[in-house]
Amino acid sequence: MTLSWLFDPAHWSGTDGIPVRLLQHLRYTLVAALAATAVAVPLGLFVGHTGRGGVLVVGGSNAMRALPTLGLVTFLFLVLGSGEVSALVALTVLAVPPVLAGTYAGIQDTDAGVVDAARGMGMTGWQRLWRVELPNALPLLLGGVRNAVLQVVATTAVAAYVGLGGLGRFLLDGLRAFDYPKMVAGAVLVAALAMVLDLLLALLQRAVVPRGLRLAARGRGRGPARVVERGRTEVAADAAMREGTE
Amino acid sequence: MIEFRAVTKRFDDGTVAVDNLDLSVAAGTITVFVGPSGCGKTTSLRMVNRMVEPSSGTILVDGVDVRGVNPAQLRRGIGYVIQQAGLFPHRTVLDNVATVPLLSGWTRRRARARAAELLELVGLPAELGARYPVQLSGGQQQRVGVARALAADPPVLLMDEPFSAVDPVVREGLQDELLRLQAELDKTIVFVTHDIDEAVKVGERVAVFRQGGRLVQYAGPDELLARPADDFVSSFVGRDRGYRRLSFVDGGGIEPAEVPTTRETALATAERAPDAWTLVLDEEDRPRGWLPPRSGPAEEAPGGGVRPGGSLYTRGTPLRGALDAALSSPSGLGVVVDEDGRYAGAVSAEEVLAAIRRRRDEAGAGAGGAA
Amino acid sequence: MLDDLSRYLGSESTRQLIVDQLVQHVELALLPLVVGVALAIPLGWLAQRHPLLRTSLLGVANVVYTVPSLAFFVVIPGVIGTQILAPVNVIAALSVYTAALLVRPVVDALDAVPGHVIAAATAMGYRPLRRFLAVELPLAVPVLTAGVRVASVSNISLASVGALLGIGGLGALFTSGFQTSYLPPIIVGIVLVLALALVVDLVLVGLRRLLTPWARAGGAR
Repeated sequence: MTLSWLFDPAHWSGTDGIPVRLLQHLRYTLVAALAATAVAVPLGLFVGHTGRGGVLVVGGSNAMRALPTLGLVTFLFLVLGSGEVSALVALTVLAVPPVLAGTYAGIQDTDAGVVDAARGMGMTGWQRLWRVELPNALPLLLGGVRNAVLQVVATTAVAAYVGLGGLGRFLLDGLRAFDYPKMVAGAVLVAALAMVLDLLLALLQRAVVPRGLRLAARGRGRGPARVVERGRTEVAADAAMREGTE
Repeated sequence: MIEFRAVTKRFDDGTVAVDNLDLSVAAGTITVFVGPSGCGKTTSLRMVNRMVEPSSGTILVDGVDVRGVNPAQLRRGIGYVIQQAGLFPHRTVLDNVATVPLLSGWTRRRARARAAELLELVGLPAELGARYPVQLSGGQQQRVGVARALAADPPVLLMDEPFSAVDPVVREGLQDELLRLQAELDKTIVFVTHDIDEAVKVGERVAVFRQGGRLVQYAGPDELLARPADDFVSSFVGRDRGYRRLSFVDGGGIEPAEVPTTRETALATAERAPDAWTLVLDEEDRPRGWLPPRSGPAEEAPGGGVRPGGSLYTRGTPLRGALDAALSSPSGLGVVVDEDGRYAGAVSAEEVLAAIRRRRDEAGAGAGGAA
Repeated sequence: MLDDLSRYLGSESTRQLIVDQLVQHVELALLPLVVGVALAIPLGWLAQRHPLLRTSLLGVANVVYTVPSLAFFVVIPGVIGTQILAPVNVIAALSVYTAALLVRPVVDALDAVPGHVIAAATAMGYRPLRRFLAVELPLAVPVLTAGVRVASVSNISLASVGALLGIGGLGALFTSGFQTSYLPPIIVGIVLVLALALVVDLVLVGLRRLLTPWARAGGAR
């Protein structure tokens, strides 16, 4: 049923067709993920590098992780009024904590001896940040970005509830109309999009994480893809974030 | 030359890490700061390159107050080696070594060429340059750490427990390597360790610190073992210090005696001396072992009854080796060899003790109770 | 604003409704936490022992974790044959998420148990299963609780999405507030979700302290 819905040519054209909805979903995802990264990476680098404001950022970020997506989306819709802006604000707000946590944890995770050696050799603060801490933070930082993108893809689907476009429309419209094939097709499309984006980001992560670090991760007796996998990133980032608060 | 003038470091929580330190480190020497943990040795070291700022007092490097120099600039002119090496995991070995030249504005090509030279200098094969730190053993990483510190040819080298994280055999190799390098390079080296054996081995001068950041004795290693300034130093220097001090007693006065010898190749037909042990030599006069006297136990071990020998004593080296050779030999006689490892005679423990006594009489007073 | 809130909360029936939804939310979010932990421990144990299972299980866990919650809630009935709008869908989906999130920390934690400890336990005559329960699992508790804390926050937040499918819990406050363009229920819902997450987190921290007395003795956190 779902398959026949998906392959029906009628569903591949028009303003409510799959291509249009897919592009909408991608656009929201891209905008929110970029905006969140632009905010969270510099903040995470600053806090991680200087150690200043850690408690505030960590506490705030933890609270934000607990924010219910649907609650935030409906709240902002009622406060800011309808339209894409309120939805995009909600998406961005929800994408900030993972990136922030990943960046901060990445910097904190850098071996203390390595940072000490960098200082001892006469690197300035900036040189240390760019040449030592940032490259070492990349695996966890990009892990954070991957989490954020997944978060945004999922929340964009939820935001269809307040009228946002994207693939979530099929799901919720299908639900309202008791059109189960359409609903399930929407779910499958959203899931597929999430998986494809995650795969692409995993490849990117592979390409930009320095080889020495990948080898180091493998050397610790872990699988080759270890650094780039999620569960660890999530929990490691979370643990690092909490360290400051407890 | 590095000078500490009335240097004190008090941390924010009130603990005094370094208490009014006055000390000068002579140019071209290895000076070791040694002491238990919390004695301020590392803090003192880290104040030289401004990794830690003193609360009061002055530190001069070649007559220049370090506080007048921009920290990054200062550090690029001072080599820095730490425990675990602190190599950059994301950079190849060669690029790790090239770090300071690159920071100082060298071209990449020149910095890498220099880095390759240094790998050779510290005894690492050139092909390791393309590897990443994680692909090296602990000892190799530490060598890279030393090469990296030497890259910009700084006159001063700070080494903070550089060999503490490697196993004892590798550590000894690294210590020998450091002494060899120093003979070649003539740097001013400050070396921090908690290991008194390491301190007396590598140090030309040793500064002993105690808890609370107080310098209790600053002397040559021989002096330190012979005349500890107080009970703290004496207990820190530890047991066997009399024996260990023999490492610094010149063995020139030893007179090796002749013993019966035989060739390894002639073993089958060799006559065993009636009451004396016979030393077995190979074709090139190198000692191979001892043959027991005829009156002794007549068990037939493989090799025609030849017993493995003890340690060998190279003529002219400190007396510790001579005593050890005598004590470890099955015959009770230490084998003396020349610089090429050829048989040059044998020496008994009694003869070594006599040599020690002669030394003490010559010196007048106070060589610590040997043996 | 505050007037609105107090008017909204002033009604006895509203308060009763909120309490009911809170209770249902706790069930929707925390039942999966228990199920997920119960699934993840044996799975992690298996994965840690067999290299092939390790790669495949961790791979599957990774993929499962990418599936957006709303999509998952909708696809579950097709997989396990439940009613499309049944709460059990949400519970099943969140259980799978929790397990997927926790398998890796379990494996990591087991990897981190020092070899000499295992060797000592084996030398004293522990069989593998007994050793796992008596030695390895307790040592894994700190890492495991770190994972459970992440999962609990995530579950409590995600359970509210179920409201889009008409499955209650605090999420229902968001949908009803949106449909009537009325903020108070939404605010109450957000506050309660945050508070619930905080309380559960504190309970988990307390649980960890209780389960790992040696960590306190050592002066560790």
